[in-house]
Amino acid sequence: MQIPASFDYVRASTVDDAISLLERHGPESRVVAGGHSLLPMMKLRLARPEWLIDINELFELDFVLRDANTLRVGAMTRHATLLESPEIARLFPIVADAERVIADPTVRNRGTIGGSLCQADPAEDLSTVCKVLRAEAVIRGPGGERVLSMHDFHKGPYETAVAHNELLVEVRFPIRPHSGSAYEKVERRVGDWAVVAAGAAVSLASDGTIDDVTIGLTAVGIEGTVTEAETLLRGHRPGEELFVAAGRLAALASDPVADQRGPVDYKRHLADELTRRVLRRAAARAGEAQEG
Amino acid sequence: MTIIEERAANPAAGDENRPIGYGRIQRKEDPRFVRGKGHYVDDIVLPGMLHGAILRSPVAHARLVSIDTSAALAHPGVVAVITGQDLLGLKLAWAPTLSADVQAVLATDKVRFQGQEVAFVIAEDRYAARDALELIEVDYDVLPPVIDVRTALDPGAPVIRDDLEGRTDNHIFDWEAGNSAETDAVFASADVVVSQEVVYPRVHPAPMETCGAVADFEPIEGALTLYETSQAPHAHRTLFAIVSGIPEHKIRIVSPDIGGGFGNKVGIYPGYILAVVGSIVTGRPVKWMEDRSENLMSTSFARDYIMQGEIAATKDGKILAVRSTVLADHGAFNATAQPTKYPAGFFHIFTGSYDLQAAHCKVTGVYTNKAPGGVAYACSFRVTEAVYLVERLVDMLAHKLEMDPAKLRLMNLIKPEQFPYKNKTGWEYDSGNYEQALRKSMEMAGYDDLRREQQEKRARGELMGIGISFFTETVGAGPRKHMDIVGLGMADGAELRIHPTGKAVVRISVQSQGQGHETTFAQIVAEEIGIPPEDIDVVHGDTDQTPFGLGTYGSRSTPVSGAAVALVARKVREKAKFIAAAMLEARPEDLEWEKGRWFVKGDPSVGKTMAEIAMGAHGTVTLPEGIDGNLDAEVTYDPPNLTFPFGAYICVVDVDPGTGHVTVRRFIAVDDCGTRINPMIIEGQVHGGLTDGVGMALMQFIEFDKEGNNLGGTFMDYLIPTALEVPDWETGFTVTPSPHHPIGAKGIGESATVGSPPAIVNAVVDALAPFGITHMDMPCTPARVWEAMQGRPRPPI
Ligand SMILES: Cc1cc2nc3c(=O)[nH]c(=O)nc-3n(C[C@H](O)[C@H](O)[C@H](O)COP(=O)(O)OP(=O)(O)OC[C@H]3O[C@@H](n4cnc5c(N)ncnc54)[C@H](O)[C@@H]3O)c2cc1C
Repeated sequence: MQIPASFDYVRASTVDDAISLLERHGPESRVVAGGHSLLPMMKLRLARPEWLIDINELFELDFVLRDANTLRVGAMTRHATLLESPEIARLFPIVADAERVIADPTVRNRGTIGGSLCQADPAEDLSTVCKVLRAEAVIRGPGGERVLSMHDFHKGPYETAVAHNELLVEVRFPIRPHSGSAYEKVERRVGDWAVVAAGAAVSLASDGTIDDVTIGLTAVGIEGTVTEAETLLRGHRPGEELFVAAGRLAALASDPVADQRGPVDYKRHLADELTRRVLRRAAARAGEAQEG
Repeated sequence: MTIIEERAANPAAGDENRPIGYGRIQRKEDPRFVRGKGHYVDDIVLPGMLHGAILRSPVAHARLVSIDTSAALAHPGVVAVITGQDLLGLKLAWAPTLSADVQAVLATDKVRFQGQEVAFVIAEDRYAARDALELIEVDYDVLPPVIDVRTALDPGAPVIRDDLEGRTDNHIFDWEAGNSAETDAVFASADVVVSQEVVYPRVHPAPMETCGAVADFEPIEGALTLYETSQAPHAHRTLFAIVSGIPEHKIRIVSPDIGGGFGNKVGIYPGYILAVVGSIVTGRPVKWMEDRSENLMSTSFARDYIMQGEIAATKDGKILAVRSTVLADHGAFNATAQPTKYPAGFFHIFTGSYDLQAAHCKVTGVYTNKAPGGVAYACSFRVTEAVYLVERLVDMLAHKLEMDPAKLRLMNLIKPEQFPYKNKTGWEYDSGNYEQALRKSMEMAGYDDLRREQQEKRARGELMGIGISFFTETVGAGPRKHMDIVGLGMADGAELRIHPTGKAVVRISVQSQGQGHETTFAQIVAEEIGIPPEDIDVVHGDTDQTPFGLGTYGSRSTPVSGAAVALVARKVREKAKFIAAAMLEARPEDLEWEKGRWFVKGDPSVGKTMAEIAMGAHGTVTLPEGIDGNLDAEVTYDPPNLTFPFGAYICVVDVDPGTGHVTVRRFIAVDDCGTRINPMIIEGQVHGGLTDGVGMALMQFIEFDKEGNNLGGTFMDYLIPTALEVPDWETGFTVTPSPHHPIGAKGIGESATVGSPPAIVNAVVDALAPFGITHMDMPCTPARVWEAMQGRPRPPI
C-alpha cells in the first residue's frame, strides 16, 4: 500500500461552496475530481495538499448539452460519458476516438474532462482534442466567470490559467457544418500514456476545398496546434500529397524528448505518420458529414 | 464441487469407470477467492501489532557517512528506529543469501543499489511509520556506480563488494557445461555457423501481492511465529534458525494465501528479518508490507543475461552444435535462487530439443549496482533464457539456409525412440514425442495457409509474421544428491491421514501461490485411494502443520510433491488392504482393488470401502501384527531425475508498418506435461504464462539510467499485459508420461512463460524480414520495432 502524506478532507456541495472552501483553506488546498491523476501523485508523495476539496457531488457540472451551435460539457463529465454519448460521437468523432484509447474502463469511469484539462499532463489526450476542436474553457472564481480559448487556458506542462481559488466549470465546443475529426495514438499497451498521438479537424467549403483545419499533437512538446501545416492545407482540396506535406511540417514542428516510450527520431516520425492518418480520416469524415 | 466436463474428455484419466480422480473439476480454493475471503499476510491483524516501514537508498552507490534518527524517533506514534549499526551489535546486519553470498539487511558501510534498505521505523500504525521515514537524515557520500554490466569487469571499475575480504573486482563466478574442445572442433568443420548476441533483459515477477511479513516473537517461550509471503516456508524456517539463533523447533512459519509468487517469494528479504528483529526489540508483533514501488525496485528481478550464441549446421540443415558465453548481471548481492552446484541454474539445457553432436556454454556472473536477485521467475531456473537463445538461433539458421523454420525443426528434433536422451551438457531427457507435438501445433495453426497469407500480404506491403518455438524444460529439482539449496536437499514430504469416517487430510511441503494445489493434490489422492476430491483437505504453508520440503518454484510441485502425494496414498491403500483383510477375515493376497474399495477376488460383493476400512482401523477390529490402529502414512520423495515437459508454440503477429506497433493476432500452444491431472488448471497455467510471455516480448524491461536510477518503479513504467493485448489462446496438448514419475506427470507451471517469448519474437523478426532484419532484442515496443525497421535494431542494454 502506497501511503500519502496526511491531509484533511472536505466535501463541497456547490460550485460556490467549493470556491469559498478553496479560499478558506488557501494555497495548500486542492480540489479532487476523479482523483486518477491527483491520488497517484499523492501516493508517490509528489503532491502533498493539506486539504482535499471533493467536488464529486457537484452534479451540476456533470452534463452534455447542445446550445444552438455549441456543445457544452460540464467539467465533472466522466471519460465514460464522453465515450458513450452518441451525440458527441456524431458531432466530434475525435472525442470518441480519443476516449477509446484513454486509460482503461476503471479510470474512465471516474476521471473527468475537467481534471484532465487542469492536470495538463504533456501526454494528456483531451487537451489536444480540445485544442483541435477550438474549445473554450469556462472558469469560475470568487469574481465570477471568464471564458478562455484553449490557447490561453493551457500555459504549459502541468500549468493552466485556472487560479488557485477558481474552478474549471465547463468546456464549450463550437459545432461546425461539413466537418470531420479524428484522433490516433500509439501506445505501448492499452491504458498507457501516448508515445505520440495526433488529432485533426477538417471543415469543407461547399466546393470541397478545406475551409478550416486544425492539427494537434500529444507528447511531442508542441504548445498550440501545428499552424504551418494548417496554413498549407487551407483553401486546397484534401489529398494525399498535401497530407504528406502536412505530416512533414508536423514532424518539423515537433520537439519531443527521448524517454522509455521512444527516442526523438521515432517520435518525430510518428508526428508525421499520425498527422497523415488523422488528416485522411478527418477529411473523409467531413466529406460524409451533414450540417452540424 | 461441480464437474464441468465429463471425465471421458480427459484422455489421461485412465480407467473411465472410475468416478473420481483426475479430470476437469473446478478449483476447491476458488470459492474463497471469488468471494473475497482469501486470507493474505496483510489480512493478519494481531493484538498490539505494530507496523514497520523501510527507509531505502535514493542512490545506487554511496558511502554511508551518518544517519540521524532522532527526529523520526520523536515523531508521534513511533516506537523504535533500527539502523545497520544497531543490527551490527545483534550480529544481524548481514544475512546469508541463497547463493553463498551475504546481503546487507540494513546498510552499514555503503549502499549498493537504489532502493537498498537503510533504516527500519516501527510505529503504532503504518501512516506514522511512513511519515517518520521522511524525518531520518542520511548523509550519503555518492560513489560512481557500476550500471553497465558490459564494463563491470573492466580493470578500473569501482569495486562494489569491498565488504568481502580481498575483493578487487566485480566478478562473482564462472561456470561451464559441456565440452569446449569437442564443440570447437565441430564448429570448425561445419558448413554453416550463425552467431548472434541475444539479450534477455531484466524483468520483474511483479506478483499482484507484494512481499510482506508479520512477526510475532513470544519472549517467555522464546518462540517465533512468522507469517510471510513465502514460496518455501520450511527452507525459510531452517534459514531463520541458522541466522537468528532461535532454535528451529521454536520457529513456526506460516504462508497463508499468497497472491502470486513467480519466484519473487523464494528468497528471504531484509524486510522479513526486520519484522522479526522489530518484534524481538519491541516485544510486540510487527507487520511489514512493502508497497508496489518497493516490490519492483528492491525484490528479486529475473533474467538480465547477455548471451553470445552460436549454432553450427551442415548446409542441408542438420544442426551439429551450439555454444554460448553469457554475461549475467546479478546485481549488488548474489541472491539468486539456484541449486548450489548450478550458479547459472539450468542454463545448460540450451541445447534445446535437438539432437546435437556437441555443446558448450560458459556463464560469468558479475556484480552491478542494481537490485539483487535473478530468481526462478517462472523460468525453471534459467531455462527461460536457454530456450529463448536456442530458439532464436534455430530461426536465424533457418533464415540463413533459406529453409522453413518448421521444416528445420522437424529435421532436427530428438526422435521418440532416442529417449531417454542424454544431451551434451549432462541432462537425461526422460521422455518425449516432439515431432507429434510440432505437427499438431502446425495443424491447429493451419501453418501452410498462414505462410500463403503471409506471401500475399508481403506483396501488398503488409507486415505479418509467423513465429515458432519448440521448447524442452527441465523441472522438478532434485534429485537431492545433486541438488540442494543452502545445503537442504531438494526433496518433498507428504502425510496422509484418513479420518474414521473416510474423509482425508493430506499435508504437503509445497506452497500454492495460485497454482491450485488444494485441488490438484486432492485429485492425486482421489485417483489413488478412490475417495472424492471434495472429501480430501489439502494443508500447506504452515511449518507446524506440514512435513519438511523445499517448496514451490521451478515447476517442482507436481513433479516432486505430486509424486510424494501419490506414493503416500499408495502406502495408505496398501495398509488398507491389510485392515480390510482382517475385517473380511480374508488373506490380503486374496483381495483386489477397485473404485475405492478392496474386495475378495472372485466375489466382488464381499469387500470394504475406504470409509469402512478407516472406521475399522480406528475401531474395534483386531488388527494384524505390525499394523497400527490408523490409516495414515508419510513419505519423503527424492526424485530420481528431473522431468522434461515440452511444447510447440506458434505465434502470428501483425506489425503496423507506419508505427511499429505489434499485434499478437493468434497464438497456438501445444503442451505436453505428461499425465494431465486437471486439464482446466493446466490451461489456466498456460493462459497465464502466455500472457506473461506477451508482456516480456512486447513491453517489459526494468531499465536503469546511467546513475543507476530504476526507471521501472511503478506499473505506469513497468507494464503488465492485459486481456486487451492478448488473443484468444488456442491450446492443445499431447500426453507423453514421464517414465520415472509415479503418475507420469511433468509440471506445467512455467512452460508457457518459457516457450512463448521466443515464439513472439520469432514472429516479429519474421514480419520484419522484408527489411533484412534477422534479429531484434526484446522488448518489441513500437519504438524498438520501428528502429529495427530503419535497419538499426538496438540491444536494450
Ligand atoms: C492508469 C491510468 C492511465 C491513464 N491513461 C491516460 C491516457 O492514456 N490519456 C490521458 O489523457 N489520461 C490518462 N490518465 C489520466 C486520466 O485521464 C485522469 O482521469 C485525468 O488526467 C484526471 O482527471 P480526474 O478527474 O481524475 O482529475 P483529478 O485527479 O481529480 O485532478 C487532477 C488535477 O486537476 C485539478 N482539478 C480537477 N478538476 C478540476 C476543476 N473542475 N477545476 C479546477 N481544477 C480541477 C485537481 O485539483 C488536480 O490538480 C490515466 C490515468 C490513470 C490512473
